[in-house]
Amino acid sequence: MTAAPSLPLGTWLRVFARLFAVQGSYNYEAMIGNGIAFAAEPAFRLLPGGRDGEAYRAAMARHSRYFNAHPYLAALAVGALVRAELDGENPDRVERFRTACCGPMGAAGDRLVWAGWLPFCSALGLLAFGLGLSAASVLLVFVGTYNVGHVALRAWGLRAGYREGLKVASALGSPVLRTGPLHVARALAAVAGAALPLVLARVHAASPGSMALALALAAILGAGLARWQARVDGWQVGVSLLLLFFIYTVVR
Amino acid sequence: MIDPGTVTALTIVGAVVGLDFVSFPQAMLSRPLVAASLGGAICGDLGIGLLLGVLLECFALETMPFGASRYPEWGPASVAAGALAAIPGDRELAARMLPFAVLAGLGAAMIGGLTLVWLRRINLSVAGRYREELAAGDASAVIAVHRMGMVVDFGRAGAVTALFVLTLLPIREVLQDRLDTVDGVTSAAVVGVIAVGVAGSAVWKVVHTAKGFAWYVLAGLAAGLLMTLTT
Repeated sequence: MTAAPSLPLGTWLRVFARLFAVQGSYNYEAMIGNGIAFAAEPAFRLLPGGRDGEAYRAAMARHSRYFNAHPYLAALAVGALVRAELDGENPDRVERFRTACCGPMGAAGDRLVWAGWLPFCSALGLLAFGLGLSAASVLLVFVGTYNVGHVALRAWGLRAGYREGLKVASALGSPVLRTGPLHVARALAAVAGAALPLVLARVHAASPGSMALALALAAILGAGLARWQARVDGWQVGVSLLLLFFIYTVVR
Repeated sequence: MIDPGTVTALTIVGAVVGLDFVSFPQAMLSRPLVAASLGGAICGDLGIGLLLGVLLECFALETMPFGASRYPEWGPASVAAGALAAIPGDRELAARMLPFAVLAGLGAAMIGGLTLVWLRRINLSVAGRYREELAAGDASAVIAVHRMGMVVDFGRAGAVTALFVLTLLPIREVLQDRLDTVDGVTSAAVVGVIAVGVAGSAVWKVVHTAKGFAWYVLAGLAAGLLMTLTT
């Protein structure tokens, strides 16, 4: 594969900024397809003929069609598709790539971000609260940590996608996506394990005896919900218990 | 009675965090931890807003936004719930109000999630109006569809927040005089136990397939319990 043609810095920045709005017109037909075309559009201006050229219009038409992936890993797809268009790849090959990469990019992103990084950062925020940090510090810990990973993932995706072009499947095997979820899950286990008793202690500022009872009840509830997770949703049980308690406090 | 300036501020913040959830920029300002804190801060009590945000965050751990599945929308709901919990100068009443505020936040998040389905249908209808231009590769159509989607989402989130605030705050006024059965400490404890129990099971669901996860949980738990006992 030839080296990727260099893109002007302004084009990189415009494409990168637009990636944050890739789901801006999310719908049940094209999913994030329109967002892919929207994000890649500044780079397509570099195609032969510029904005008035046939290549530009053909690329915009191709990429505003159906596409679905995890929004952060869509950066990987946008990078690869921009490279493919600028390299003048065969449209049929581009179309096959678009179809093939939706599933893996969705699954990898869900595992790493929604089932890993986000709950980890939530747990970190809860830990900061449990440790008695100020409100501003708690928010900074949560939002700051999350977005370091968030922005880095989008930036890495765009660069890796552009570097590899349609051979970007190798990027999906990178350590970040392959073993990252395992490490994040372990970190989440440790941080949540520390955070939850501290959160309960801070919410329930009471005597050690009643604190021990509260911890035991929370542990029993958590274990029960985990045991029967296939049959019931934990939050629905939580809402039901809360509703019963609320009715008791109002009606008695 | 809540003043129009506060309702406006809550509506704008609700619109911003609602936009953040899906459309732009997904920086997790829409998570309960942040949104409820903002709601509480606008109504004069950042601390109670944060506390409510922590409790709602425990529930939110159970409902991550996987793929195109339907999920609760936490942003506007958490802003409204944070405002609901904030009763400046009366922490005891605020603590008694916690069960209602959490329930209201959870219910509002469900309703907010339904409005996301409507948003996607509206986006589809807008894209349908530009079908020919999009098929022809007209960049102005791509940008118009995208801008419209974000404007509608911003408006939707603001409207939903205003609706929650204007509906829930009068209910709080009615409830204030009826919440004298259970004291604030007990109310907070019950909500805390339920929230932490739900969060514990949610974390277990995520981590239990990771090799050696139990050791990490135990290590964390030991550290957490030690700090609980010593602080």
